[in-house]
Amino acid sequence: MAKVLDSKIPAGPVPEKWKEYKAHQRLVNPKNKLKLDVIVVGTGLAGASAAASLGEMGFNVINLCIQDSPRRAHSIAAQGGINAAKCYQNDGDSVYRLFYDTVKGGDYRAREANVYRLAEVSNNIIDQCVAQGVPFAREYGGMLANRSFGGAQVSRTFYAKGQTGQQLLLGAYSSLSAQVQAKKVKLYTRYEMEDVVIVDGRARGIIAKNLVTGKLERFSANAVVIATGGYGNTYFLSTNAMGCNCTAAVQCYRKGAVFANPSYVQIHPTCIPVHGDKQSKLTLMSESLRNDGRIWVPKNIEDAKKLQKGEIQAWDIPEENRDYYLERRYPAFGNLVPRDVASRAAKERCDKGFGVNNTGLAVFLDFSESINRLGLDAMKQRYGNLFDMYEEITDVYPGDFGKEINGVKYYKPMMIFPAVHYTMGGIWVDYELQTTIPGLFAIGECNFSDHGANRLGASALMQGLADGYFVLPYTIQNYLADQTIWGKVSTDLPEFAEAEKKVDAEMDRLLNIKGKRSVDSIHKELGHIMWEYVGMGRTAEGLKTGLKKMHELEQEFDKNLFVPGTKEGLNIELDKAIHLRDFFTMGQLVAFDALSRNESCGGHFREEYQTEEGEAKRDDENYFYVGCWEYKGKGNEPELIKEPLEYEAIKVQTRNYKN
Amino acid sequence: MAKNISFTIKFWRQNGPKDKGHFDTHEMHDIPDDTSFLEMLDILNEELINEGKEPFVFDHDCREGICGMCSLYINGTPHGRTERGATTCQLYMRRFNDGDVITVEPWRSAAFPVIKDCMVDRYAFDKIIQAGGYTTIRTGQAQDANAILIPKEDADEAMDCATCIGCGACVAACKNGSAMLFVSSKVSQLALLPQGRVEAARRVKNMIAKMDELGFGNCTNTRACEAVCPKNESIANIARLNREMIKAKMAD
Repeated sequence: MAKVLDSKIPAGPVPEKWKEYKAHQRLVNPKNKLKLDVIVVGTGLAGASAAASLGEMGFNVINLCIQDSPRRAHSIAAQGGINAAKCYQNDGDSVYRLFYDTVKGGDYRAREANVYRLAEVSNNIIDQCVAQGVPFAREYGGMLANRSFGGAQVSRTFYAKGQTGQQLLLGAYSSLSAQVQAKKVKLYTRYEMEDVVIVDGRARGIIAKNLVTGKLERFSANAVVIATGGYGNTYFLSTNAMGCNCTAAVQCYRKGAVFANPSYVQIHPTCIPVHGDKQSKLTLMSESLRNDGRIWVPKNIEDAKKLQKGEIQAWDIPEENRDYYLERRYPAFGNLVPRDVASRAAKERCDKGFGVNNTGLAVFLDFSESINRLGLDAMKQRYGNLFDMYEEITDVYPGDFGKEINGVKYYKPMMIFPAVHYTMGGIWVDYELQTTIPGLFAIGECNFSDHGANRLGASALMQGLADGYFVLPYTIQNYLADQTIWGKVSTDLPEFAEAEKKVDAEMDRLLNIKGKRSVDSIHKELGHIMWEYVGMGRTAEGLKTGLKKMHELEQEFDKNLFVPGTKEGLNIELDKAIHLRDFFTMGQLVAFDALSRNESCGGHFREEYQTEEGEAKRDDENYFYVGCWEYKGKGNEPELIKEPLEYEAIKVQTRNYKN
Repeated sequence: MAKNISFTIKFWRQNGPKDKGHFDTHEMHDIPDDTSFLEMLDILNEELINEGKEPFVFDHDCREGICGMCSLYINGTPHGRTERGATTCQLYMRRFNDGDVITVEPWRSAAFPVIKDCMVDRYAFDKIIQAGGYTTIRTGQAQDANAILIPKEDADEAMDCATCIGCGACVAACKNGSAMLFVSSKVSQLALLPQGRVEAARRVKNMIAKMDELGFGNCTNTRACEAVCPKNESIANIARLNREMIKAKMAD
């Protein structure tokens, strides 16, 4: 029988739920905190902020970091900013409006109570980070500066040049470092979680691999927190860092944690286009560029063809022959429409043949109008490092003078195309961020809860830090309150031995296949299948084909993989092989979910379900639920469990960014 | 349009900190010059694996120039470039010529022992931060962010200092293996802001003591660190660090 999911949403009006929860949750007294251990896996915004906060509260924290330092976590690459409902700009922002925009942006597929809480604590995050010394941009009066981001008509995004993620992560990392110094957090770098250990139905520890020695180690605790990010690298090419993987999450899924909304994969509209088959990853250009950049393709197909052949350049095309298609289709939001809308619109133009580079898979992001109005220096002030980065990669400096036509100066634009960026789906959690396994929590991108079917820009950082600083430290106490009675468990328990043995046997299996193909060659092939059949536009037929191809490729992986070296010592290929094994599970899960959801919403676009104008067509009557999946063994279709969604504070509407 | 180049790559192999280490040589053919340096190494590894050999180990992650993980000494320079800041992952093959010999080595510093091949252990940097590179602030107890007014110029300068990615190129380039540029960037960021001023003296003393304890050398103003820093950190930070240290000592 399928599990019944209890979301544990507190009673009462939506704006009061979190206050009520905090007033009544159980607490752990200071002496008892000293007796309780918590494992936090991951050191990104969510993991580092959680580990720092829990350590500071008095718990003993074991914190695992896959890289050599917590400062390398991929949160560091976030560029544009972090949202908060401060209304410092006096532009009508409020907690309710941030909540509303986030729910609407997520295509009404997020859990209302969680999103409201997120908006509510957003203001504390800014205060916390400023107190840490995060150098957010300031105005001349000394107050914090803000900018606008996609999906919102107010300026609520706080930023530190184009390196906001970096500065927020370094803030969390410094708080974490203080706790390491205070010996409240024990940090294990170059360690990776390989399995979660369940004792008497509760998560009581993990098996981790020391990536340098290759040895497996056992850690026990009173609770386990997974903060290991998303599964975007299933697609091979994505904006994620090379090390990003979903092994910890998939292992939890295999152990019985239900996985929610896997088909919600965000395709970010402003990435540097793919240029060759040797490419290892895609680079994002911050969405904040859309504040001053205008997106366009030629109006005339002949011009597009000439651009594709390299016969003319962007700056040869005069104003009247440019199609600023986002401004044309969505007058109210223009270039600031949410990411899913902007991505699909770019795909639509390129599918019709209007792409602007040699592959036909690119559109222009043009700063000419802003440079003419504000000057290049102002642009450099706002986006300097992004312009430099673009030049480094493509050899073109956006903002270099191109040509003057009819008295208008045109500058060299960027070329951009959508790419896999963020995964809204993740391990299912209740209001307390607890998974279906008691004692196992999931935070940040790793869980599913706050973004629905699409994430608005500058909201990932917000969720990571909200979960780590302001939500989990409260909710985990509600669980830990009675854990002093349960006491500590020994890592000598048979459950630990068994889990370790299984991980060890799995490494032997991968090493002993001794086939002919490298991990990367198979991973690239999986990525092609994902992009082709489970990518920006999906059909029932395509998804079935994709599933079949994935299944065949997984068999190829099991039969023909080659991993050099041994399991002793550092073996980067073996670690990648383990990740790839789990990307297969994840890829199929994304496809199953996409196939079951006969509607389009947010990052999930089924081509069969669209309006006449090509907009996503939701089906609230039949699919107004969180799609949760329970593992049923390798090769078997997982079982779908539904968590119905309820909205009290918001009226569910069709998303509209036109007026 | 990209053109293809061929070259010889000499790369450092070292099986653990106690191994003596040696260079291996490999011929690379027809590599598109819009390939990144690390993608070129991916191709190298693919070729090595196809020959049944173990891949060449190096640290890398974000490949966007921001995580600070990549750390290769290329043709005698950390990250392989000096004319403008860029990390190894943001180095493109168009910077090289057909027929070049490209030499790849690890960061060489006593404080950064080699783990394998070109992967080194930079945990010493974390220990320096743990010694005091933070403001002591409890979660949930901060005042409203705009209650601390900060002049824009100060915030901007603090941001420039905070941009340090902790990659360790400064240490690798320094003849003394000094970590002063790294330490001074963090100290400068916090010295420019009102937050955490109350613990400024403790911070600078503890961080410098830890730096010395971990075996990093002293600064003798050769400016090699500044020349190779992929984030253009300025040695003006080192002057500020010294001022902060003098202030701290005077307060004793």
